[in-house]
Amino acid sequence: MTDARAAAKAAAARIAACEAKGTHAFLAWSEQALLAEAERLAANTAAAAGPLAGEAVAVKDVIAEATFPTTCGSKILEGWRSPFEATAIRRLRQAGAMVAGKTNCDEFAMGSSTEYSSYGPTRNPVDPSRVPGGSSGGSAAAVAASAVTMALGSETGGSVRHPAAFCGVVGIKPTYGRVSRYGLVAFGSSLDQIGTLGRDVASAARLLAVISGRDERDATTLDRDPLPLPGPAPASLSGTVVGVPREYFPDGLHAGIRAASDRALARLRDLGAEVREVSLPHTKYAVPTYYIVAPAEASSNLARYDGVRYGLRADGGVADVRPLYRATRGRGFGAEVRRRILLGTYVLSAGYYDAYYRQAQRVREAIRADFARVFASGVHALFTPTTPTPAFRLGENLADPLAMYLSDVYVCTANLAWVPALSLPIGRDQGLPVGGQLIGPMEGEPAIVRIAQALERALDRTAEVR
Amino acid sequence: MSWETVVGLEVHVQLLTATKMFCACSAKFGDPPNTNVCPVCLGLPGALPVPNEQAVRLAVRAAFALGCTVHPRSIFARKNYFYPDLPKGYQISQFEEPLATGGALEVVSPERGPITVRIKRLHVEEDAAKSFHDRVPGMTAVDFNRSGVPLVEIVSEPDLRSPQEARAYLTTLKQVLRYVDVSDCNMEEGSLRVDANLSIRPAGSSELRTRTEVKNMNSFSGVERALTFERDRQLAATERGEAIEQRTMLFDAASGEVRPTRSKEESHDYRYFPEPDIPPLVLSESWLGAERAELPELPAAKRERFESRYGLTRYEAGVLTAEREQADLYEMAVAKGGSPKSVATWMMNEVDRLQAVYQRVSAPVFKLPSRLSSAEVFVTAIAAVSQSVEAGDLNRAGGRQLLEEIAAKPERLVESLTAGEPRAIAVRLAKLLGILQVSDTGEIDGWVRETLAAHPAEVARYRAGETRLLGFLVGQVLKRSKGKADPKLVNAALITALNS
Repeated sequence: MTDARAAAKAAAARIAACEAKGTHAFLAWSEQALLAEAERLAANTAAAAGPLAGEAVAVKDVIAEATFPTTCGSKILEGWRSPFEATAIRRLRQAGAMVAGKTNCDEFAMGSSTEYSSYGPTRNPVDPSRVPGGSSGGSAAAVAASAVTMALGSETGGSVRHPAAFCGVVGIKPTYGRVSRYGLVAFGSSLDQIGTLGRDVASAARLLAVISGRDERDATTLDRDPLPLPGPAPASLSGTVVGVPREYFPDGLHAGIRAASDRALARLRDLGAEVREVSLPHTKYAVPTYYIVAPAEASSNLARYDGVRYGLRADGGVADVRPLYRATRGRGFGAEVRRRILLGTYVLSAGYYDAYYRQAQRVREAIRADFARVFASGVHALFTPTTPTPAFRLGENLADPLAMYLSDVYVCTANLAWVPALSLPIGRDQGLPVGGQLIGPMEGEPAIVRIAQALERALDRTAEVR
Repeated sequence: MSWETVVGLEVHVQLLTATKMFCACSAKFGDPPNTNVCPVCLGLPGALPVPNEQAVRLAVRAAFALGCTVHPRSIFARKNYFYPDLPKGYQISQFEEPLATGGALEVVSPERGPITVRIKRLHVEEDAAKSFHDRVPGMTAVDFNRSGVPLVEIVSEPDLRSPQEARAYLTTLKQVLRYVDVSDCNMEEGSLRVDANLSIRPAGSSELRTRTEVKNMNSFSGVERALTFERDRQLAATERGEAIEQRTMLFDAASGEVRPTRSKEESHDYRYFPEPDIPPLVLSESWLGAERAELPELPAAKRERFESRYGLTRYEAGVLTAEREQADLYEMAVAKGGSPKSVATWMMNEVDRLQAVYQRVSAPVFKLPSRLSSAEVFVTAIAAVSQSVEAGDLNRAGGRQLLEEIAAKPERLVESLTAGEPRAIAVRLAKLLGILQVSDTGEIDGWVRETLAAHPAEVARYRAGETRLLGFLVGQVLKRSKGKADPKLVNAALITALNS
């Protein structure tokens, strides 16, 4: 038995164990497909010697891949098989990785709990009564349940970092343009990035390095070589300045989150970093801005699911195309997706465009300028909580979309500003993981990875923080 | 009250690129349906558009040729609407910040003479796929070969005052775009499409009244007919005291009528917003400068140069510069020596014979010696005929005959190319064919004597004062010489003989 075949068998056993507990991290996977990946790997000497040789990588179901269906967690794409694979998938395979399967997510990545998947929710492996966060909840849960050591997710407004925090794993959202979006099913194109999840900082950073770099199929990629693989954790952070934006630590902040953050900041100081309070004054506008920009782009990106060429076709019963559109989209999309399409259509409409979309673009510039100013003042990275609370219970926020949206308050800023950010586990509160966030300047992934590696080594991630 | 017509045109032109606007699929017209398609132009989930550099280059060239200001930064935008031939549910176009604005086209109006039509804007966009409502009974079929083909949209200001002017504008626009190799502007294949906005107003007024948009016109004459119908309809309605409603009208080429579209869907809100998948299109000053410098001479400038440099009439210069290729051939032929006027006369009067020659020498089966292009051989034929007729080696009929012989057996011309100058080539060929002009007066006098002897009745009538018979007698002499006799000498010899 080749090494790859053994690795595939072992991965299949771990996934089976994860799913047997009712986690529902995966929408599609099979031992057979893993063994086929192993065979392909054994026949490709370059890949077999790659940095991810034999590594099983779970893939969020919004990323096109030709072995399994690509459903985006939606009924409208039930059974849809993409004829092509995403650039990120091609690259991770070239680096020796095996695609472990497709993971569950909120429909079209719209949500913060994975409860908006049309195929049923994913449960948090740490506490099955709680959500894994979202929208890349399946990928985060798969890593947290040790089904895989790394996974691909995607972010539009924190969808990698948020579930990473809820599940107690590491999630990285790279600089916009760092990873090709070719094959990532679009949600909010000016915000979308493929991100990585890992059991530790090095795993997530390794996967990111492999999939990064310019791609002629995506005109918005940065004209840069791939990121280097991560090095060993630095023993000291002396000379590093970490900014703490006061807007991320309001008076009413959840006590467990505050305690965990304080402990992490103490460790950063112990490591020799200078911790400095800073201000990002436009932070309070981030969620409303995000909920204009993202739905606007989504309303356009999701127009293609009309039942004409692929995916679900609900017969309108009339020899006209409009009833076909209405029936297909009405039946195929879930309530949250429909809500965002309506929001987005509204803010782009004649007479409302200036007040909403154009204004949101201005505010977005102000948010970006906040970050640029802070990073130009000698700050190397910002430290914040990743989420305002630990994982909530299934169903807890379903009736209140605004509460669900506010769960992204600390993560959606990095998407609006295009800067890289990561979340790492910094302790537990009443058994639930707490995530700490490091935000870097444009193209500052190596810096935040280095700081995160040092902090990770200095912290006991499973220790109770109060 | 007298009324004035106000027309503005929106012209969509397909760019002459090998591949589509945002993917590597072939942009060729006429391939079997749905063969030139890929995830990008089918709008599959996850596919992304990447702009075609050559399409941008051609659009910039078109903009310069129309005197527009080309903006160093422009942005693509999404135009959102649902239709089965629009695979993404939006068309990638430009809206705010288009590629170019503020141009002008000089047009000769049939009513007003030379006019300037202002170009409001020129922008780049992708084409939609093509729907067929008549191929499959009860269904609509869609061919995505056209989906994503690169277009420019050229929007004029409402500067046209009649359907005839609209047609003249289109003819001139097509000529300019063909000159700069931006598009073949073939309306039958859909590579040029026209939408028109038309309104009427009291003559002399400068207000813009409610307009209608006329679509579905598939030829320039169709545009003229459609706009004439629509203008008359608006005039009649206005005279009756009815208000003109802003709406979209469709032209029916079969009936020549213009009718309103069934639904009032023209109240579309396209929800334009900047295309997030494509960064702003930034063109450097140096790149733009190089493109502008490479712009070929435009038709108007070439026509004026032909008039002044070659002493041609405005009409002659206009005909010879109608197509850039023809103008180039003319200049090549003139460069081989001989009078520009004579070359012009031959090119304008012997279109059919020259076309036959050109088709033969440029046919792929015809093997040319290396170093020689078919154009080179062709212009040598023109120069040879025009120079030798001018020098009197051949008469006109002989020149025409020579062209026919070359078209029949072009290899003879190629064999004779070694003879040197065009005139020498013509003489060698004419000798070979026995059609060299005879200027030997002894030989001509002989044919004159034979002719007079063969036509005693006509001779008697001529001498009795019916002098118009001279033409008949000249013809008979030329016939007897098998077309070789110099007609001027024949004329003189006949008069001498008849009067003696």
